Amino acid sequence: MSGPPNGERPERGTPLVEVHDLVVHHGQLRALDGISFRVFPGEVYAIIGANGAGKSTLLRTIAGLHSPTSGSVLFDGTDVTGLRPERRARQGIAMVPEGRRLFGSLSVEENLQVGAAFAREGPWTIERVYETFDWMRARRNQSAAQLSGGEQQTVAIGRALLANPRVLLLDELSLGLAPVVVQRIYGMLPQILAAGLTVLLVEQDVSQALRVASHIHCLLEGRTTLEGTPASVSADQVEAAYFGLAGAAPSSAAPEGSEP
Amino acid sequence: MSLVTETTARPVEGFRVTRSRRNVVWTGAGALIVVVVLALFPYIVYSGTTAIMVQAFIVLTMASMWNLLAGYAGLVSVGQQAFVGLGAYFVLILAINGTSPFAALPVAAIGSGVAALPLWWLVSRLRSGYFAIATWVLAATVMLIIEKFSSIGGGTGMPLPGFAGFDPTLLTAYTYWAGLAVTVVALLAIYLLLRGRLGLVLTAIRDDEVAARSSGARVGLARMLVFVVAGVGCGAAGGLLAISQLQVQPGAVFSIQWTAEMAFVTIIGGLGTIEGPILGTIVYMVLQQTLSSYNAWYLIILGLVAIFMALFARRGLWGLVDARLNLRLFPVGYWLRLDK
Amino acid sequence: MSWVNAIIQGVLVGGLYALFACGLSLMFGVMKVVNLAHGDLAVVAGYVAIGVITVTHIPVLWSFLIVVPVMAVLGYVLQRTILQGALDRSVLATLMVTFGLSVVIENGLLQFFTANTRGIGTGLALVTGSFSIGQIQIGYLPVAIFVTAVVVLLGLQYFLSATRYGRLIRAVADDKEAAQLAGADYRHVFGIAAAVAFGTVALGGIAYGMYAQLAPTTGTDTILLFAFAAVVIGGLGSLWGTLLGGVVLGVAQQIGAQISISDETLAGFIVFLAVLALRPQGLISRGAQS
Repeated sequence: MSGPPNGERPERGTPLVEVHDLVVHHGQLRALDGISFRVFPGEVYAIIGANGAGKSTLLRTIAGLHSPTSGSVLFDGTDVTGLRPERRARQGIAMVPEGRRLFGSLSVEENLQVGAAFAREGPWTIERVYETFDWMRARRNQSAAQLSGGEQQTVAIGRALLANPRVLLLDELSLGLAPVVVQRIYGMLPQILAAGLTVLLVEQDVSQALRVASHIHCLLEGRTTLEGTPASVSADQVEAAYFGLAGAAPSSAAPEGSEP
Repeated sequence: MSLVTETTARPVEGFRVTRSRRNVVWTGAGALIVVVVLALFPYIVYSGTTAIMVQAFIVLTMASMWNLLAGYAGLVSVGQQAFVGLGAYFVLILAINGTSPFAALPVAAIGSGVAALPLWWLVSRLRSGYFAIATWVLAATVMLIIEKFSSIGGGTGMPLPGFAGFDPTLLTAYTYWAGLAVTVVALLAIYLLLRGRLGLVLTAIRDDEVAARSSGARVGLARMLVFVVAGVGCGAAGGLLAISQLQVQPGAVFSIQWTAEMAFVTIIGGLGTIEGPILGTIVYMVLQQTLSSYNAWYLIILGLVAIFMALFARRGLWGLVDARLNLRLFPVGYWLRLDK
Repeated sequence: MSWVNAIIQGVLVGGLYALFACGLSLMFGVMKVVNLAHGDLAVVAGYVAIGVITVTHIPVLWSFLIVVPVMAVLGYVLQRTILQGALDRSVLATLMVTFGLSVVIENGLLQFFTANTRGIGTGLALVTGSFSIGQIQIGYLPVAIFVTAVVVLLGLQYFLSATRYGRLIRAVADDKEAAQLAGADYRHVFGIAAAVAFGTVALGGIAYGMYAQLAPTTGTDTILLFAFAAVVIGGLGSLWGTLLGGVVLGVAQQIGAQISISDETLAGFIVFLAVLALRPQGLISRGAQS
């Protein structure tokens, strides 16, 4: 998915996820400094940036695990900034957290069952997860702690999908995994996202992000340095934005889709 | 244009690191005056008052020790009564064998500290909640073992020998001065310990244990040292208890009530500051004197207030004072003073 | 023969200790709360049962049906209110709150009921009756309690492994944030775990009132410390470990009583200390728990 070449987005109705002037602190450290963007239904919106740029904090704030100091998070037009994470999950925001975070003392199937415990109506069932990831059925009673990193990542994705979310948040899928495994997982994404699921993903591995994303948003030290579609930005621009070099777009650039 | 330009760098050139905001000499002089006045009490007040003061000294010493454990080393012990009892019994044993109980007091304190070592080895590997109950079991076990020895009173206890022929007024005065001495030494010891390396290590552990370990702090050693010091302190309080009550009964000296008092006094007064237990003890003594005939009630009230404060006023009463006035009578931290 | 008798008695009382221990272990395993008032709650349940029986004159065994659910609800409420509040603050806060509760409960009971001991169902055939195997006399009550304990543990195991909330409890114990992301309100799950813990300890408390006598300080002297000893001996984090730990503790105590009647409690504690010293993870260890 690469989007229109000039970077404009056709009006797609209400954005599914919207973030306004988000300021988030970790103790005294300002992790996010006035972030704003919109994600429309069906998009694969990738947030890239170096370590410590604030990407995971952003995702966690959208999921509700972190409270912003100021600014707001909107889900399908409704302000959810004050909503607890489990409420947001039940409304259709599912996150695959950084580091997989499977329930170690539970089996593979039990992990999936927990994912489905508060699920909305939708196409994903445990059967379908087993059909999609064919190795899982045979090992469904195995303890989750015994799986390899890549296998755990797939189970974590399955667990999130089983909630039948409207938007899937993917936090650093590639973290701690061998490149081959990362390739395979990202290769599976289009198949999983066939039903028009909106995805908001955070990724340090820029090449993978560019391959699957319909839109990218680059962060550096808590601020936006670049926004656009993969087709509309050059490799040099991305590099500059990622590392904060001269030539990076200034942070005052209007975000996509806002009034001129 | 790079974005990495707006660092809020106001270069800080002139600054000093000092121990205290106000002149330490004044608080030190004030403390000395207080101690001298207290020392004169037996000459100026009734013996009933000095007896109450001895109780206050016992509670203050124990509370300061519990504060050291829980507030500085992060060790919540509900078994300190083990050391109170051990201190009392050490004094008893030495008195039975002819030593003056007053002379036995420091020995008892040290003996309790030594006893703390094997006890620490047993419980130190447990996580905090289980550590707490384990100390309780230890205390119960120590009591049961001691009760087996009928030569020191068995299960019913026995009076404390060694004061035959002592003039009662003189005994009250000596007991009082012993109590004052124990308390002053205890507070001074805690103050000096926390001012030094140990204090730094403990603060580091309190803030971030993993970071403290990785920067070389000997976490286990620091905690063990604190546990031993608390054993010494509670042992001294136990010895004082034996002297002031003139008898030693296992059920009384090993009672969980001591832990309840030390913990609640500390929580109410203010955990993690040396001044807290002092304030807490004052509140406690006032409460106890007001409700002196309702034994169980003041523990109930104390418990309820402690629960309330643990939930809503974590820094205790002293914390409220400290927040307003930024006052430290016992400066153990550091202040960064900017030269403006 | 008296030694065989002692061992059998010890095994049977181990069931009672397991009833006390499983709630303590559950609360620590799930929400990392060591409830220092755990034993006192058992005593409260016993006193409430006495009160209910005295006022309504219902059969003794019916008191279980009333008191256990009430205590479970109390557990949920207490967990959602003050225990959660303490958990949000610090470990010390949870210890101080539960310790404070313990002191308040014990002294409150002392004020209102005096230090006299009380029993439950002292006239019942179940309590006084016994049967013989050869030369050994075995009371009906200890057997009934042991069987009840096994049934409760089986029920708990089923609940935790095969039901939705049991899975959620285990999930929240592993990683409560990840559970939130899956839509679970961990405060509610904690409440359910507390309800189960309070329910089992209430069951144990009433049973204890039938087996021995209840006094205001029984909660700490006997129940809490024994429950904890059973947990440590059996192994932190293991449900059946609490039964094994209870049995070992009970047997140790009875053997100690054979040596000298006043050494019963001490013998149990010495075995506890030995396990702590030599095999701190307990007899059945379930991976790294400390």
